Amino acid sequence: MSLNPTILIQNLLNGLMVGGLYALIAVGYTMVYGILRLINFAFGDVMVMGIYFAYYGATLIRLSFPLAVTVSLAGTALLGIVIDRLAYKPLRNSPRISALITAIGVSFFIESFAVVFFGPNYKPFLDALENKTIAFESFVIGNVYLPKIIFIILGITAIALFILFVIVYRTKIGMAMRAISADIPTTSLMGINVDNVIGFTFAISSALAALAGVMWALRYPSFYPYTGFVPGLKAFIAAVFGGIGSIGGAVVGGILLGVIEMMIITLFPTLMQYKDAFAFIILIVILLVKPAGLLGKRTVEKV
Amino acid sequence: MSILEIEGLHVYYGAIHAIKGISFKVEPGKIVTLIGANGAGKTTTLSTIAGLIKPRRGKIIYNGQEIQGLPPHAINRMGICLVPEGRRIFPNLTVMENLMMGAYNRKDKNGVKQDLEWVFSLFPRLAERKNQLGGTLSGGEQQMLAISRGLMSRPKVMMMDEPSLGLAPILVEEVFEIIKKINKEGVTILLVEQNAVGALKISDYGYVLETGNITLEGHSKELLANEQVKKAYLGL
Ligand SMILES: Nc1ncnc2c1ncn2[C@@H]1O[C@H](COP(=O)(O)OP(=O)(O)O)[C@@H](O)[C@H]1O
Ligand SMILES: [Mg+2]
Repeated sequence: MSLNPTILIQNLLNGLMVGGLYALIAVGYTMVYGILRLINFAFGDVMVMGIYFAYYGATLIRLSFPLAVTVSLAGTALLGIVIDRLAYKPLRNSPRISALITAIGVSFFIESFAVVFFGPNYKPFLDALENKTIAFESFVIGNVYLPKIIFIILGITAIALFILFVIVYRTKIGMAMRAISADIPTTSLMGINVDNVIGFTFAISSALAALAGVMWALRYPSFYPYTGFVPGLKAFIAAVFGGIGSIGGAVVGGILLGVIEMMIITLFPTLMQYKDAFAFIILIVILLVKPAGLLGKRTVEKV
Repeated sequence: MSILEIEGLHVYYGAIHAIKGISFKVEPGKIVTLIGANGAGKTTTLSTIAGLIKPRRGKIIYNGQEIQGLPPHAINRMGICLVPEGRRIFPNLTVMENLMMGAYNRKDKNGVKQDLEWVFSLFPRLAERKNQLGGTLSGGEQQMLAISRGLMSRPKVMMMDEPSLGLAPILVEEVFEIIKKINKEGVTILLVEQNAVGALKISDYGYVLETGNITLEGHSKELLANEQVKKAYLGL
């Protein structure tokens, strides 16, 4: 087996990029889980809605691309709040299984909504760009072609994750989010409206998923209502891999998952068809070997 | 006028009738204590006043306004603070962050700074540990943090649920001294204790709670001298 260094570097970068996108969605899973012990399976679908919003914002309403993306992030943030208020809030004191089933229902609902309103067929995302060439330009170093878009996506992912960490660890509302993840009733005793903080958590998680979606669509431009299914699932796996409830873990888990996937198919190109199965193998292994995930702590059951 | 008045309060946990129509009053500037054995309904009473539990019937009147049924954050913002049973420190937040959680809704930065200095003067150990995670503190330190966190909201009424529970005797003394100091600053205190002696010694007025009913009330000095109380709660 001869390894072509060019392909190795390119795939490594691709893995890093895809992993970063998993991470952006995974932090949403992990934050919502940390606060409500709920897996919001709809993040993959929120990601797709982010793509549709940006696409229609640019093509139908003719907004500039950056503005269309901004509107998409705001729209999905609102969507996240609405999902929480309508679907999850009434179930706060219900058994967890009810919320879990509801989460699956929300996911199906959004997918069906997209099929009905946006159509079941694939759409070309690059139509949203005034200048499509940006998606195809490359840096050339020796005989290695490095697509510019990968670096742009990596940069934006890094900035978004940095902003998220600043919010969670350096702002008042971030402090309230962390407090809620430890103890909801006591947080409410501090004069904090817990529902508003939970709504805020859904808003930023959803906007991050949408941002991941838009960048996903820049790299893999053909999209349809079920485009979010696989990345959403893998982001969930990444969150478990890294240690669900841990934001750092979600980032590490996402990036590692993206890189591992790419490395396996680089080393064993014949396994390409099974690419999507690796994530599940990793999930099974981590659940067997270290159930709390890479950075997860063993949860202390709440009294 | 009483600052806090409870009228015919009934609280249920499903079919369990935990509070059976109790009434009591807290006068402004006083320390009032609710004593009673384990399971009498002390925590339920305070949690209901704080808004964590909704009463089935009855009124909770704060400064002339009915507040039963309001959410806990709204009740806290009105100036009623609960230092909960078991301290309930945020273990994943630093000591400083725990304190700032108490001051979450305050806009007066200078006042917050002053109060911070005040609680650090009450509990110098917290100042030394301000960058440590709450979960790493000892039980006594956590109790001090819980009280300080409550003070950071600058409450008008401070409810404390068994602040002496599980503390070494020397710390129990210290906690009761601190409660007196806080009261001297003008904070009205509603104190719940199983340690009836300690609570009655520092309080002005007391109520005895037994399985969801108030069976006795009086000035704390009288209760300390009361034969019934002596037998049942003071172990004399
Ligand atoms: N969450 C709960 N669910 C059911 N019963 C409860 C609950 N909390 C307390 N109780 C019951 O209510 C009664 C009063 O409890 P509590 O207010 O905790 O008493 P205290 O604080 O005086 O020890 C007890 O009989 C207790 O078993
Ligand atoms: Mg109790």
